[in-house]
Amino acid sequence: MTDAETALLLARIQFAFTISFHFIFPAFSIGLASYLAVLEGLWLRTGDSVYLNLFRYWMKIFAIAFAMGVVSGIVMSYQFGTNWSVFSDKAGPVIGPLMAYEVLTAFFLEAGFLGVMLFGMSRVGKGLHYFATLMVAVGTLLSAFWILSANSWMQTPTGWAMNDVGQFVPAGSWIDIIFNPSFPYRLVHTVIAAFLTTALVVGGVGAWHLLKGRDLPGVRKMFSMAMWMAAVVAPIQIVVGDFHGLNTLEHQPQKVMAMEGHFESYPNGAPLILFGIPDSQAETVHASVEVPYLSSLILHHGLYEPVEGLKTVPRDERPPVGIVFWSFRVMVALGFLMLGLGLWSLLARARRRLYDWRRLHRFALIMGPAGFVAVIAGWVTTEVGRQPYVIYNLLRTEDAVSPLASPAVSASLIAFVIVYFTVFAAGTVYILKLMAHPPHPAEPEPAEAPIRTAGITPAASVEHGGANPRPDRSEEAER
Amino acid sequence: MNPDLTVLWAFIIAFAVAAYVVMDGFDLGIGILFKFFTVGKERDQAMNAVAPVWDGNETWLVMGGGGLMAAFPLAYAIVLPALYAPIIAMLLGLIFRGVAFEFRWRDPRHRRGWDLGFMLGSLIATFAQGITLGALLQGIMVEGRAYAGGWWDWLTPFSLLTGLSLVIGYALLGATWLIWKSEGRLHDDARRFAKWLMPALLVAIGAVSLATPFVEPKYYERWFEFPGLLVAVPMPLFFGAAALALWWSIGRGRDWMPFVFTLVIFALTMLGLAISIWPDVIPGRVSIWEAAAPESSQIFMLVGSAVLIPLILAYTAWSYWVFRGKVGEEGYH
Repeated sequence: MTDAETALLLARIQFAFTISFHFIFPAFSIGLASYLAVLEGLWLRTGDSVYLNLFRYWMKIFAIAFAMGVVSGIVMSYQFGTNWSVFSDKAGPVIGPLMAYEVLTAFFLEAGFLGVMLFGMSRVGKGLHYFATLMVAVGTLLSAFWILSANSWMQTPTGWAMNDVGQFVPAGSWIDIIFNPSFPYRLVHTVIAAFLTTALVVGGVGAWHLLKGRDLPGVRKMFSMAMWMAAVVAPIQIVVGDFHGLNTLEHQPQKVMAMEGHFESYPNGAPLILFGIPDSQAETVHASVEVPYLSSLILHHGLYEPVEGLKTVPRDERPPVGIVFWSFRVMVALGFLMLGLGLWSLLARARRRLYDWRRLHRFALIMGPAGFVAVIAGWVTTEVGRQPYVIYNLLRTEDAVSPLASPAVSASLIAFVIVYFTVFAAGTVYILKLMAHPPHPAEPEPAEAPIRTAGITPAASVEHGGANPRPDRSEEAER
Repeated sequence: MNPDLTVLWAFIIAFAVAAYVVMDGFDLGIGILFKFFTVGKERDQAMNAVAPVWDGNETWLVMGGGGLMAAFPLAYAIVLPALYAPIIAMLLGLIFRGVAFEFRWRDPRHRRGWDLGFMLGSLIATFAQGITLGALLQGIMVEGRAYAGGWWDWLTPFSLLTGLSLVIGYALLGATWLIWKSEGRLHDDARRFAKWLMPALLVAIGAVSLATPFVEPKYYERWFEFPGLLVAVPMPLFFGAAALALWWSIGRGRDWMPFVFTLVIFALTMLGLAISIWPDVIPGRVSIWEAAAPESSQIFMLVGSAVLIPLILAYTAWSYWVFRGKVGEEGYH
């Protein structure tokens, strides 16, 4: 490999590493923010304190996940410049404004109202507090909206023209850019994935405490809510995923060929390759297990419909088949396991065994982290499936990278790996510690925290001449 | 490309960067000084003096970076690879600082470790930002639409000097912020620190000012030819007046004064920078018009910014107002 090729590979690894780490936190916090809004809404409507306790319990976990999402997100916004400077120059006029809108609409909204939410309703009143919770949830969704619009544009670019210095510039309406052909599918698929991910974590925590014999009202409630979510949303997600796949087939056929592992073309109906070992060199799938005609049925909703294979595509325009093939299967398999969990929970409800069926609880516990794995696998499918292009069919990845020297990229990659593992391991340990305790019937507001963020009306602080309204526990800990 | 829109965007980006320097400057400064605060109440108090606002402060950095990519993509694409090492160092420093900030409260058993992370993270991030500024001023190699220099070009005595200067500058901002926001022993310590930091900053600014014309003769011309001369002549007077006011206020002025006079000194240095650079976005190489995004991108963003930036500013001002007054030493019980 030449130095430039090594640098490109390292830059790609660095991007994959930093964004995979980053993506875990928003995937969780998008769902959790909405869950918190639902919990507080239910509490306000019913007055049942079990919802309030759950709200406070999950809010502490949300605060940590959110903080880690923010710091890892700052890295992403600068990495476009450091490692992908040619992309930034060429696509900046289109991608830049979308990301700027994310900062303006979502970042400031979240940073602004997070404080009110964390600070507690005793200081701002129920109405303003609920408004703050809703704004945080809206902020996370707006963030998803803009970032997925930008990502979708890179997959299915529309509404652009090329100027005389080779930049992609907006042509005509921004609506064409924002609402590009794959965006609606990708947005819905990703947001639902975030909801499912959160539901599985909540369900896993509930299942853990049920297995430990902590059959508290809060534990029951969160397990039940999570299982409803899995039962209702997992089938929706499978349908949405199918639509998304059809959209991908229309706009990014090579990606679907790689997902299916189809090297050959099938003029009279294609089989679905369930498993196998794709071999890009030999252009075949070894040891494949196939179901005849199923691929045609899924892709074209007809048994004998023709399906084209990768051999119709020049070699240097094919995505890496093995990674896409397998990450896609991991995602789909987990999706069906989620559906299974949801259906099982319905059966348990029908038999009135939701809270004492230990096998169900064990399964829910194992499925707790499944959402993260599925989300990362799905993301790998779509991003690697776009290769060798960074802007589909228009800008190749190798032409988008910064003019980097490999020692510079490898040094920064090592630094990122060390820092991320140290910092985010500490965060994960802390989150798991919080989860290890069941929600207490009188869950306290977070006290052992700094006074966070803006947007709070700390009446106490103003009345007491600006005295610190936080019960100061730190000295106790210091001793 | 509409020249007026481009100028407007240059001001917006400059404003975002200035907002960042002022707001994150004092909380980074508190991080730099953190080692010198007594473990326990003093440190908690220092932390709480910035805790309510620092999330919003840091968002301006994202705004500056994201805005630069959107409004001046060519500059973003040249500057970031050229300053690869200091920018990565800054990001890693900010990660440590941001996470340590959260965890020192929640993980009391390792608080000393998180405190160290907070301090080192702040120090590294600041030093890297200062180096970035110096490296920009000394000029970067551009060929076509890309950076064409080496990976260590940023590392010169000059950039180390600007790095050190910014560390001193942020530390002074942090100290004077604490003079304003704290009471008791921390307040006295902050005054003591400020008395050392203020002359150190003046020496640093003087050194950078003397070195700058030698780094790039163009700056010399800018300053000592009309119309730059109009600003260059009274500039030392302004600096002298601000420095005297600051020195006096650290000794016996009201508590808010040292911070405000430090801000005046910062504003003067930023004005000086602007005069040296204008109208380039990469000094001596790329002008704002050469780097500008097309008009449709600029207009699209301007519509949102016109509504949202004032809203954000209003909100930020309100939150500072809400948290006015001193952070008590004992806390609220």
